[in-house]
Amino acid sequence: MRVKNTAIEWETGLAQQFDDLPQQHEAATLGMWVFLATEILMFGGLFTAFTAYRATYPHAFEVGSEHLYRWIGVGNTAVLLLSSLFVALAVHAIKHGDNRACTRDLVVAAALGVVFLGLKSIEYTLDIREGLLPWYHFHPEGANDAATKLFLVFYWFMTGLHAVHVTIGIVLLLFFAALCRRGEYDTEWHNPIEMVGLYWHFVDIVWIFLLPTLYLIKPG
Amino acid sequence: MTTLPAPLSGSEHNYLSRDYHVLSWLLTKDHKRIGILYLVTITAFFLLGGLAATLMRLNLLTPNGWLVEGATYNKLFTMHGVIMVWFFLVPAVPAVIGNFIVPLMIGARDVAFPRLNLLSWYLFTIGGIVALTAMVRGGVDTGWTFYTPYSTGYANTYVFLTATGIMISGFSSILTGLNFIVTIHTMRCPGLTWFRLPLFLWSLYATSIIMVLATPVLAITLALVAAERMLGLGIFDPAAGGDPVLFQHLFWFYSHPAVYIMILPGMGVVSELITCFSRKRVFGYSFIAFSSLAIAFFGFLVWGHHMFVAGESTYIAFAFSLLSYIVAVPSAIKVFNWTATLYKGSISLETPMLYALGFIGLFTMGGLTGLFLAALGMDVHVHDTYFVIAHFHYIMVGGMVMGYMGALHFWWPKMTGRMYPEWWGRFSAFTIFIGFNLTFFPQFILGYLGMPRRYHAYAPEFQTLNVMSTAGASILAVGYFLPLCYLIWSLRYGPLAKANPWNATGLEWQTTSPPPEHNFESIPTVDQEAYAYHLMEVPDAR
Ligand SMILES: [Cu+2]
Repeated sequence: MRVKNTAIEWETGLAQQFDDLPQQHEAATLGMWVFLATEILMFGGLFTAFTAYRATYPHAFEVGSEHLYRWIGVGNTAVLLLSSLFVALAVHAIKHGDNRACTRDLVVAAALGVVFLGLKSIEYTLDIREGLLPWYHFHPEGANDAATKLFLVFYWFMTGLHAVHVTIGIVLLLFFAALCRRGEYDTEWHNPIEMVGLYWHFVDIVWIFLLPTLYLIKPG
Repeated sequence: MTTLPAPLSGSEHNYLSRDYHVLSWLLTKDHKRIGILYLVTITAFFLLGGLAATLMRLNLLTPNGWLVEGATYNKLFTMHGVIMVWFFLVPAVPAVIGNFIVPLMIGARDVAFPRLNLLSWYLFTIGGIVALTAMVRGGVDTGWTFYTPYSTGYANTYVFLTATGIMISGFSSILTGLNFIVTIHTMRCPGLTWFRLPLFLWSLYATSIIMVLATPVLAITLALVAAERMLGLGIFDPAAGGDPVLFQHLFWFYSHPAVYIMILPGMGVVSELITCFSRKRVFGYSFIAFSSLAIAFFGFLVWGHHMFVAGESTYIAFAFSLLSYIVAVPSAIKVFNWTATLYKGSISLETPMLYALGFIGLFTMGGLTGLFLAALGMDVHVHDTYFVIAHFHYIMVGGMVMGYMGALHFWWPKMTGRMYPEWWGRFSAFTIFIGFNLTFFPQFILGYLGMPRRYHAYAPEFQTLNVMSTAGASILAVGYFLPLCYLIWSLRYGPLAKANPWNATGLEWQTTSPPPEHNFESIPTVDQEAYAYHLMEVPDAR
């Protein structure tokens, strides 16, 4: 369907390089998926390096994992899953034209993101107090060998990178919540909400992989 | 090809004349202007990288390295490698030619995400400035490969800053790739099916896939190097339980596919040039198209051939060797198909065609010597010698730079609305071809005789070949300098270009030269295959 010529007519939300909203929607969706693919490869590099070392030092990695606060990790998983549910509800709401519900759900999701970061900060504080930060007063209880330190390096690096993604996600959720509140979106045009939703689900999924990788190493 | 009325030449309102203000360039979202921004930026980087190479070649005139000290030489080859790989070759065809041509070729007004496109140029420029800052403040001496543990634990040069610059520019390459993938998928004009796409687009599509999938791994690897360097974490330090070979695996997981980022776009250009200047439809369209995808796919599975002597298990080395042979097959398919396209064509040897033919010959040599290096036994003999240097310069310079120069001359009339001087074009194409071979062919012999790479001095018996190589490099420098002069000259004094000066197929030739801001007066439609030269009427005159 070609509805537009070079003479530029502005429809709501339609950028001038596109012919119509479905085309723009398709482009944005594909763009987001490609972006998420790059993110997967970026985290993938870390997971690969981690796995290589875990295979080399299986025991030390179990010891390292035991230092972590498993209950905070599991609790945070629940928090993120719940926030993903609210993002899904927000997308559902705007598809039915319910701006108010969409705004509310996005804000709740963002708030749960903040809860996640709060719990993570508490955990980091406890970690530092126990001397688990490899480059600052490093003195973990029990075995203190190079391989345990490597485990903790990856723990900080991977959860840190994830936390950066959560922070960006919270900002995006609030930004689009504000736009939604202003009535920018409706049943026809709500592509950005879906895109931010995809991103948030991705952040959630990364954590779901981080939990067993870092916290649940020890069998039984 | 299209249902358009014959376009006017020298349109009053083209993308260049629309606005002359500096800000209209720095804030532009027009893919054509962004292409030009990239052109200016990478030309500057090419000159800097070339300067480093010039100093190296001068230094190698004598066995004792008369010009610079060993430490300076290390910084020069690092500077040359970093600049040429990340700030010239990777963006050359995709970001300059691709940005300009892709939307025109598919009959679109712009790329899918013009703002991201501009952002990518800014990231590239900022990354470049950061890397240059490192070089100005004292340089880096690790080589462009940043091998650990030297780069993380021992080098006292600007590793961190350089790695940061490369990481930033990496995101620009991700954004470019993302833009092309989405643009080619979603913005083709009516009738332009996948199998009617010009082959340049297939190769850029394959390139883009590599860009978005490989570059993030480089980014995270350099982040680990930077973190280890700042905080001494031991990630790649054997003394602290880390594994330096792991770094090599991660690095080459990006950097081998990156070789294809640097050559696939050149291959795409050659498909355009060979068909146009032999007035024939391409031989084996779908073979060339799918061989691009095959190269992208197999290119991800061969990185281990850089570590045959770095402590890899024999069995994995065997697998990587085999896969490296396999990745040569799709490249060979392309060469055979181009040759078959030339067969019985009515060939004319304009400058772009000279570059395309140069590409085929030199790339073939680079590719075949690559097979030597993929062989486990042979690689042990020539590993880290000038044989490797010669091999990849035949691919990167003999292949990609030739492709880039061919593309620049071919689309120059479209980009600027002016013709370059044909005689000078042919003259410098020949000069480059001769200078290139004289520079790099002796290096095959040097490497085979055992001269190691990356040394600022060498055994006296290697001097004759080194002097030949330096002599070739000075001819090559002239060859590159001439286009710089006459292309700039042509901006003002070159004859005005017609809309389709080469009588080429392809939608980009259906609009004016230079094109209007939104590319087409009305969106074109396509009803036939690409390269329908056999259906074209014989042109009256160029
Ligand atoms: Cu390789």
